[in-house]
Amino acid sequence: MTTPHLLEARNLEIRFGGVVAANDVSLHVNRGQNMAIIGPNGAGKTTFLNICTGWLKPTRGQVLLEGRDITRLSPRDIARRGVARAFQIPQLFTEHTALENLLIAVAARDRLSNPLRDLHRIPERAEMMHMLEMVNCADVAHRQVDELSEGQRKLIDIAIALALKPRLLLMDEPTSGVASSEKFAVMDILVRALHEAQVTSVFVEHDMAIVERYADEVAVWAAGDVRLRGAPAEVLAHPDVIRDVIGEVV
Amino acid sequence: MTRLLPALLVLAIAAVPWLMPNLQVLLTLALAKGIAVMGVTVLLRAGQVSFGHALFFAVSAYAAAFLIAAWPGADLILVLVAGVAGALVAGLLVGLFVVRYRGIFFSMLNLAFSMIFWSFLEKFYHLTGGADGKRIRRPPVLGADIGRSDFELLLFYITLGLALALAWFTLRWLGSPRGHLFRTIKTNETRLQYLGMSPRHVMLSGYVLSAVLCGVGGVLMGLSQGVVTPDFAWWVRSGEMVFIAVLGGAGSVAGALLGAIVYEMVRIYASAFAGDIWQMLLGGFLLIIILFAPGGLVGMFHRFFPGRAQDGEDRT
Repeated sequence: MTTPHLLEARNLEIRFGGVVAANDVSLHVNRGQNMAIIGPNGAGKTTFLNICTGWLKPTRGQVLLEGRDITRLSPRDIARRGVARAFQIPQLFTEHTALENLLIAVAARDRLSNPLRDLHRIPERAEMMHMLEMVNCADVAHRQVDELSEGQRKLIDIAIALALKPRLLLMDEPTSGVASSEKFAVMDILVRALHEAQVTSVFVEHDMAIVERYADEVAVWAAGDVRLRGAPAEVLAHPDVIRDVIGEVV
Repeated sequence: MTRLLPALLVLAIAAVPWLMPNLQVLLTLALAKGIAVMGVTVLLRAGQVSFGHALFFAVSAYAAAFLIAAWPGADLILVLVAGVAGALVAGLLVGLFVVRYRGIFFSMLNLAFSMIFWSFLEKFYHLTGGADGKRIRRPPVLGADIGRSDFELLLFYITLGLALALAWFTLRWLGSPRGHLFRTIKTNETRLQYLGMSPRHVMLSGYVLSAVLCGVGGVLMGLSQGVVTPDFAWWVRSGEMVFIAVLGGAGSVAGALLGAIVYEMVRIYASAFAGDIWQMLLGGFLLIIILFAPGGLVGMFHRFFPGRAQDGEDRT
C-alpha cells in the first residue's frame, strides 16, 4: 500500500461568477519539498491556497491531507490538523510586539488557558525566542509589529505559522513588498527555518529568480488549471512558461 | 509614584467610613458600579462596545431579590453567589448568540436583549413587581442578623475588597494567554482562525467574564439600595457604564473604578448644586475628557506619572 501524499487536490473546481479560478485541478505535494506555484495574476493561485486552508469551499473536488478529506473543514480545523498559512499581506496582531505575536500563536497551539499565568511567563517563551532567532528577528522581539519593516513583518508572519509546528506551510508571495535587496536574505532565512523545523511548504511566487533558487518543484497555474509541473530549471525554460508567465511578469 | 498613589487612594477610600461616613454609601454604590464597568472594559479590549450590559447587572440583582423572597434566611454569601450565578448563566445564554456579531450589530443586539428583559420586568408585574421592583431585605451574615449601619459598613468593605480582587483578577486574565487571545479579536480575527482558534469561543470567554463582573456589581448595588427595579436593566444604565469606561480610560481596569467614583461624585454634587442641568454638566465633563484627555482619567495619571503599566492594562 502506497503512502498518501502530504497534500492532494483532486479535481478541484471553483468559479466566481464567470471567472474560473480552478477547473478540474489535480495537484499533490510530497513530504519535505518546497513547491512553488507560478502563473499570471488572476490565474487562481491564491484561491488554491484558500481552498486548501478551508477559507473557500470548492464547488467540486476534494482536498486530502495525508489521505484524509479536509475539503469541508473550517480554517480552524485545518490549522489544527497541521496546515499553516502565511499571507501576502502579513496578518499580525498589531497591538502586540513581535514576541507576543508568537506567544499568542503558541497559546493557541497548546490551548493555554490558565487565567492567572502571564503570557510572558509561559514555558514556551524560550522556544519562541529561538523561533525569532531562526527568522533573524530576535533584535525586534519587544517592538510593536507595526513599527517593523515589511521584510521583518513577513518573517514574523511566517514565524507565527511555524510556531504552530505545522506539517505543511502554505505561503502567498513570501517576498512581495520586500525590498529587492532583502528578498534573497528573507528567503535564505525562511528556507533555513523550514528545513530546521522540517516543514513542507507550498509558496505562490512571481519572482522567477526566487523560484529558480529555492523551489524543489514548480507548478504552473494558468486559467484555473495546472498546465505544467516539474523541476524549476525544466519548467522555467519551457517556451509556454516563458511566453505566458515569465513574459507577463517581466 | 505609579504604585504609591493608587495604594494611597485605596487606603483613603478604606478610611472613608471613619473619616467621612456620609460618603460611605455613595462610595459603595460607586464601587459596585465600577465593578460592572470593568465588565464593559473587558469587552472594549476586544474592540467591542455593549450597550446592553445592564442586563446582567439587573439579572444578578433580581436573582438575589428572588432568592431572599423565597428564602428569607438566605445568607449574604449565598445571595452574592446566587446573583453572580444568575449573571453567569445569562451571560452564557446571551453570549452564545451575540458573540457571532461585531461592531454596531454586537452593540445593538446587547441593547435589544437588555430591553427585552426590561420589558419583561415592567410588564410581568405579578412576578417582578413591575416598575416598583422587588425589595431586597437585609440578609443575615454568616447566620447572624446585623443592624442596618453595621450591614452597610460590612457591605462597603465587601464591595471594596471585591473591587480590588476582581480588578486584580481581570488584569491577570487580560495578561494571560487566554486574555491576549481575546484581545486579538480587536486586531486580527482572521489570523486567529488560522491559529486553530474559534473567535466565537474566544469571544465567549471574555463575554462571560464581562457578564459576571456586571453581575457582581448588580447584586452589590441591589443589596446596598435594598431594592431592585427595572431601571437596573434600562438602556440608560448600560450607556452610563460605557460613559464611565470612557471617562476612566477606555480599556483600563483601574479606570473603570476610578471613573465610577469620579462619575458618582460629579453626579451627586452636580445634581445637588445644579438642579435640573446636572446631565448637561456631566456631558460637558465627558466632552472635556474626550477632547483633552482621550486616555481618560487613567491616561491623565500616566501622563503626569509615567511608569510601566501592568501587562493587562491598556495605556492608550
